[in-house]
Parts: sequence; C-alpha cells; structure tokens
Amino acid sequence: MLTLALILIPLLAVTAILFSGSANARKIALVAAVLNIAASIGAIISECSGFSLNVLSNPNINLSLDLHYNGGISVVMLILSVIVTLAAVLSGSCPVGNEKLWYSSALLISAGAIGAFISTDLFFFFAFHELALIPTFLMIGILGRGDRKEIAWKITVYLAFGSIILLAGILMIANQLESFDMTKLKALEHHQNEIALLLIIGFGTLVSLFPFHSWAAPAYASAPAPVSMLHAGVLKKFGLYGLLVVGYKVVPDGLAHWLSLLLVLLLCNIIWVGLVTINQKRLDLMLGNSSVMHMGYIFLAVAALIDNGSSFATEAAVLLMFAHGISIAMSFSLADRIQSKTGSLELNQLGGLAKNAPNLAFLFGLVGMASIGLPGLANFAGEIMVFFSGFEGWDPADGLGALQITTIFAIWGVVISAVYMLRAFKNIFQGETVSRTDKVKPLSRKEKTPAILLGLILLIVGIYPNTILQFFN
Amino acid sequence: MNTYLLEFYVVGLGVIMLLWEAFASPKNKSILSLIGAAGLTVILALLIIGRNCDDCIAAPTWLSRFYSNGGHSLFFKSFALVSTILVLLMSYDFRGILNKYTSNDNSDSNTGEFYTLPVFACAGLMWMASATHLVSIFVALELVTITFYVMVAFMRRNVGSLEAGVKYLILGALSTGFLVYGIAWIYGALGTTDLTKIATMDITSSYTLLFGLSLIIISLGFKVGAVPMQLWIPDVYQGAPNPITAFLSIASKAAGFGVAIVILQPFLASEAVSSNVAIILVIMAAATLLYGNLSALAQTNFKRLLAYSSIAHAGFLLLALAVSDFQTVKFYLATYLIMTFAGFFILNLIRVQDNSDEIDAFDGLSKRNPNLALALTVTMAAMAGVPLTAGFMGKLFVFQAIVGKLDWIVVIIAFVAAAAGFYYYFKIIRAIYWHKPTKEEALVIPYISRYVIIILTAAILVTGVYPKAIECLIGK
Repeated sequence: MLTLALILIPLLAVTAILFSGSANARKIALVAAVLNIAASIGAIISECSGFSLNVLSNPNINLSLDLHYNGGISVVMLILSVIVTLAAVLSGSCPVGNEKLWYSSALLISAGAIGAFISTDLFFFFAFHELALIPTFLMIGILGRGDRKEIAWKITVYLAFGSIILLAGILMIANQLESFDMTKLKALEHHQNEIALLLIIGFGTLVSLFPFHSWAAPAYASAPAPVSMLHAGVLKKFGLYGLLVVGYKVVPDGLAHWLSLLLVLLLCNIIWVGLVTINQKRLDLMLGNSSVMHMGYIFLAVAALIDNGSSFATEAAVLLMFAHGISIAMSFSLADRIQSKTGSLELNQLGGLAKNAPNLAFLFGLVGMASIGLPGLANFAGEIMVFFSGFEGWDPADGLGALQITTIFAIWGVVISAVYMLRAFKNIFQGETVSRTDKVKPLSRKEKTPAILLGLILLIVGIYPNTILQFFN
Repeated sequence: MNTYLLEFYVVGLGVIMLLWEAFASPKNKSILSLIGAAGLTVILALLIIGRNCDDCIAAPTWLSRFYSNGGHSLFFKSFALVSTILVLLMSYDFRGILNKYTSNDNSDSNTGEFYTLPVFACAGLMWMASATHLVSIFVALELVTITFYVMVAFMRRNVGSLEAGVKYLILGALSTGFLVYGIAWIYGALGTTDLTKIATMDITSSYTLLFGLSLIIISLGFKVGAVPMQLWIPDVYQGAPNPITAFLSIASKAAGFGVAIVILQPFLASEAVSSNVAIILVIMAAATLLYGNLSALAQTNFKRLLAYSSIAHAGFLLLALAVSDFQTVKFYLATYLIMTFAGFFILNLIRVQDNSDEIDAFDGLSKRNPNLALALTVTMAAMAGVPLTAGFMGKLFVFQAIVGKLDWIVVIIAFVAAAAGFYYYFKIIRAIYWHKPTKEEALVIPYISRYVIIILTAAILVTGVYPKAIECLIGK
C-alpha cells in the first residue's frame, strides 16, 4: 500500500492546492514532499509495499506498483525523485499570483515520474510519464523565460512524438507477450529489430539522444527552476530506465542489432553536443546542453550492457543517472539564484560574484566539479564505472572493438566538461565585480537550503557509493 | 417491466410534452427541456433495472422478428438516453440564443418543439439500436434523420442554421437513397433483409452483394461522418444550434456505429466477403483520419474544430470496426461521449455569454474563470489522448487492436493522426492560458452546466485511471 501512497500524496496535495488559497500552496507542497520522503523510506524498507488493482479485465490492465521487482533500479530512481522533488519545491521564486500553478505543476511532474518508476504495468509505466507533459507545457508556456511560447510548443511536439513512437513499441511488445505485466517480460520471438528501433527512437527522444536532443537545452533554459530541476534531474531518466528495465529484457538481440548506430549517436551526444556546450554564451543554455551531453555516458553504459552483458553496467548506469539527476538539479537551482540576484545569465555580463556571494560560489564550484567528474563526488563514481563497464571482459588479444573505441573517445568528454564548467566558473565568479554583481548579497538560509541538501548527497554518494549501490541485489 | 416498452414510453413522453406545450401554453417553455430530461432519466433508470433480469429483456413474438434486446442494443439505448438527457440540459442553458433567433422580440414563443424533438429522436435512436432487420433499421434511421432536419434548421432567423439545414437535408436525402438502394441489392443477392437470418447463412461472394454492401457502407459513412461522406460535417455542425451539434456528433454518430456493427457483423464474420468489407473500411478509416486531423490543424473556430475532431474520432472507430473489435468501438464511443459533451457544454457557455464560437473567445479563460479553464484543459487533454484520461484509453485499445493486424501503413497513419491531434487540441489550451483575455468580466456558469461539467470532467479522469467503470456499463 505504501507504494500507492507515493503517488497519492502528491496528487492529493495538488487537489488541496487547487482548492485552497494561494497562500498555503507552498506549505502544502513542502509537506507533501517531506511526507513522500518518509513514505518512500517506508516503502523501501517494507517487504510487502506492493499494490495492485485491476482496472480493466480485457485487455488485462492493472494499476500495480512495486519497488523491488527489478533488482533495485526502481528504488534508486524513487530516492532520486523524492529528493529532487523536495529541492525543487524549495527552489526558485514563484511570481506572485501563480502559486497554485507553480507548486501543483511541480508536484504533478513529481507524481508522474514516481508513478512511472514504480509501476509494474506497461500501461501505467507509460501513462504516468505522460502525466508530466501538461504541467511542463503550461509552466514553460506561462512562466518561462525568453521565447517561452515557441519553446513550450517545441518540447511538447518533441515529447509527444517520442511518446507516440514509444507507445507503438510498447503495444507491439504487449501484443506479443499478451500481457502488460512488466514482471513477466521476456525476450520476444518476432520483430525484435523493429521494436528495438522504435524503443531507441522513442526512449531516445525522451532522453534527448542525438539527433532528437534539440528540445532539451532551450526548454531547460526557459523553464522555471522547479520544472528544469525535475525534468532534467528526474523525468528525463525515464527513457534510460525504460531501456534498462523494458528494452534490454524484451529485445536484447534487437538492441544488439542496432548497437553500432547507438554507439555513433551516443558519441555524438558526448562529443558533438559537448562542443556545442563549450560554445554557449549563457549559463542556462550551457547547463541544458551539458545535461544532454551527459546522457551520452549513461547510454554508453546501456551499450556496454547490450554488447558484453557487463555485470555492473546496469549499476553504473543507474548510479550515474542518480548522480547526474542530483547534480543537474543543483546546477539549475543555483543558476536560478544567479539569475534572480544579478538579472542575467550571460557569461560575459557577469564576474567577481565570489567576492559578494562566497557561499553561492562555493556551492556552484562544488556542483561544477561534480559534473566534471572530480573524484570524491557522486558523478565520478558513476562515470568511472561506466568507463570500466566498456572494457569489461575485453581481451587485449582481440584488439579494440567498437565499444572500446567509443569508450576511449567518450573519456574525452570529461575534458570537454572541464573546459566549459571551469570557464563558466571563472567568468561568473572570479575576476573583478561588474555593475551587475557589485551589490549582490550572499545566499540567505532559505535560498541555500536546497543546494546544500543536494550537495551533501553528492558528497556522501561520492565518498561512499555503496549508499546507492547497496540497493542492487 | 419489459424493456421493449421503453421506446413507447419515450414516444409517449414526447407526445405528452408536445400536447402540454400546445394546450397548457406554459409561461416558460424552456422548462420543457427539464421535464424531458427528468422523464428520460426515469426511463434510463428503468432500463438499468431491467438490464439485469433476463425475463425483462426478451421481446414478444410479434416484435422479435425485427427487434432484439441483447447487451449490444442495451448499451446503445443507454447511450442514446444519456446523450439526449445531456442535450436537453444543454438546451436549457442555450435558451437565450435560441429565443434570439426564433422570434423578433426575443420571446420563447416559437421554441417549444425544440425541447420536444430530441425526445423523438431518442426513441428513433433506441429502436435503431434494437433493430435486427434492414427495413426496421431504415425506418428507425429515418425517424432520427427527419427529426434532425428540423432541429438543425431550427434557428430560422440565423442564416448559418438555415444553410446547415439545407445542406443536411440534401446530403441526408442522398445518403438515404444510398441506403435504400443498398438494401434492395442485398435483398436481391441474399433473398432476405433479416439480419439474424443473414448471420446464419452461408454467404457467397458476388458482385451484387458487394455492390449492395458498398452502398450501405457509404450511407453509414454519412451518419458517422467518414470520408467520402464527411463534407457536410463542418458546415452543418457550425450552423446548427449547439445542443443539436452535440446531439449530431455524439448520439447520431454512435447510432451510426451501432447500426454498422449490426449490419456488418455477419459479413465481417463470413469468410467469403470479410476481407472485401474490411478493406473498404480500412481505406475509409485511413482517409478519414488523414482528412479529419489534417483539416483540424488550421481551424480557428472551436465548433468547426470539434467538427473535424469528430471526423478524426470516426476514423479511429472505423479502424476498430474494420478489425471486428466491437468491444473497443463501444468503449471508444463511451469515452467519446464523456469528453465531447464536456467540450460542447463549455463551448455552449462561451457562446451564450460572449456570442462567439471562435477560439479567440477562449483567450485568457484562465483569468476569467480558472475552474472552467481547468475543466477545458482536462477535456482537451482527453481528446488529444493524454494518458490517464478517458481519451487515451479509447485510442490505446484501438492501437492495440490494429497493431499487427492491419498493414503497417495504416498503423503509421493512425499514429500520425493521434500525434497531429496533440497540436490542435493544445492550441485551445494555449489560448486559455497564454493569451490575454479580450473581455475582462468574469464568466458566470449557470447551475445546470456547472454540475454537468464537474461530473463530466470527473468522469474523464476516473475512467482514465479506472476504465472498468465503463466496462460495467458495456458488459463484457
């Protein structure tokens, strides 16, 4: 039953927010986020937290929720979701008069993500993810920055396109297995290649796999802080989660058939988008592109899993998903603070912020280092495992295979990350103060809470990755 | 209590309403719609009670030659009753506009029949659902169609309504011609017009039969708004009074599909002609999907948009029909009823208050009435097929039925059509939230509409998560 509570708490909170005054919206959202953390701890510990309700008998569809059926992946994704949700509710400054929309959207996106990660029915797995589409559309369209209407259209069209291709794939799977039950997934007998391609494109679009990535950076740059945190941090991981939990189980040979294509695309994510990221002049666009780029690493782990059945590629992918989710959410939270304090995110209009806001500089430095992959922070643990998984079981006598070559190129992504992150840090925080930054005050306690929360997790997981890895069995 | 009597009760109710209106001359004629709705609600209750007892369903021998009351007919009967009740409730809130276009002094002196005619149409729809004989189908169909001729053109001082009436009359007559001609050819080929007999026959394929069938499919295409008989839909929908547009697009379309199931079932089941019938349906479905969705993209009038969207929905329904998945057809229709009525009720409110059907009229609705904006958002999301709403369920089952069974080109067309839907339905959501309101005053919602909209919106969400609710209604 506790798993049901995980979805019901945010949904009930949304209802409460819609029917109560704007003044209480933030409080209700905070209470819901904290309650959800408590509920998820309970659900993870409890052995019988599963829930199942038959919603339709023909075809047989169940609203069934379970955390433990896929060897811990769901548990980690759930932890990521609830933590980022709390941080997202705490982040950003809601424009007066829009509290209801602001906080209910954040909770709806969170409910959708959690629902997708803990459903064990293909139907609800898909449906919960889609639930988040409308609040994202509305938040960007109404409260976004810059060319918000165009961007909201773009993200909606892209994600709807990806989802519908994914739906085709899921239906082909369900038709062959004659069941929507995700606990009974097994390798399909027919059409593996076709379905694998649908899944790669469908899930890939949702994760911003090259060349379907162009929605991501502008959307994250434009979206209000909670939306970009939740979307980039949590919701986007849905596609990778789907490839690991569904794709690899039902179409392993099909995915292997398209492996070389996947390798090329993920390398484009890392190198091509990495170079694009270096070229960005604005912090929010840079962070958006960097998040697209880092998806390449996680795809690399998936590719390793497909290629050599690596024993720890799944763990590597999930750990990196977790680390990236936390770090990108923290980056967007801090970027939003920089924007609200200085009124600009143009790298060449800022400078010397460290003098007036040292705590902001420290936190941004921390997350910057994490996203480069500095040892001691969570992302490093994930990335190193990904790179190792690329070489697992490799015999030097065979020479370098496609996977190994891709891994070697992918490692260069770390250098690219270092270039843009350090340069951004230098431009924003170092040097002399400029007119925009000379009157800035340090982060207040309220402002720094979400970033500190996320930063601590990066440190803990970085120093002792087993905090996350212990959930795998 | 025998369920075959219900149609007679409905007709009786209509006659009483008509006489009362003529002789008692009530002060406020719109009250008739509430009386009608109340009467039909009682009949619906009787139907629901009668549905669960086998003795009540059986028809007497004099009737059973051309009439049966299976689960199929009972579903379409409750469908007809529910939609007529909602249409009558909508008419009540539409009375302002109706009075304006029926008399010179804005009085309701000429509107009495408007509230009575839907009841007769409802009786026709109910007979149609039970008819098992081509001739009785034809008679019931004509009862419905002729009533609709009057209702569509009812706002006689409105050019649009008159134009719609003429168009509907001409094309309706044409399709009737097709139907009668088709029935004649089928009689020629098979020697009977009794569908229960045809179902047990060993049908052999012949040009005579196929020709007759194509004529009938064409004429049913008119009823459901499928290409190539869809041309009337946008103009007639736009011109007709709002409640009648809703009636046409929901009850009349559903009845068309109900009849199509009854007529085509034996032919889709027979080996000799099933592939021919299916291929016609698939081609029509694909063309309908493309036409409906692509034309809807460019619309700026909400009512016209709903018209094209109804064509698009007909395409999905035809696909399910072509693969003989009648359960899905009914399920889809039920979800379609919920969300389309929600859409029309909201449109009706805007029309009555701002006298406009344009999408512009929805600009800034979130500022004028946030709750209504939320309801319309849910409705549009459901129409587009966003998961966890009723609309998604319907589409999902259609996709599930066709994936692997039909040619992949058709499947791709269906998916593209569904994706295109997102664009034009979200256009409404965009207008609600992103645009500045053209009028400042808040929208006041009359009581009836308010509660109906709340119930329908809740139903969209509930059936989106718990579709069994509808399954209980259809039966398994």
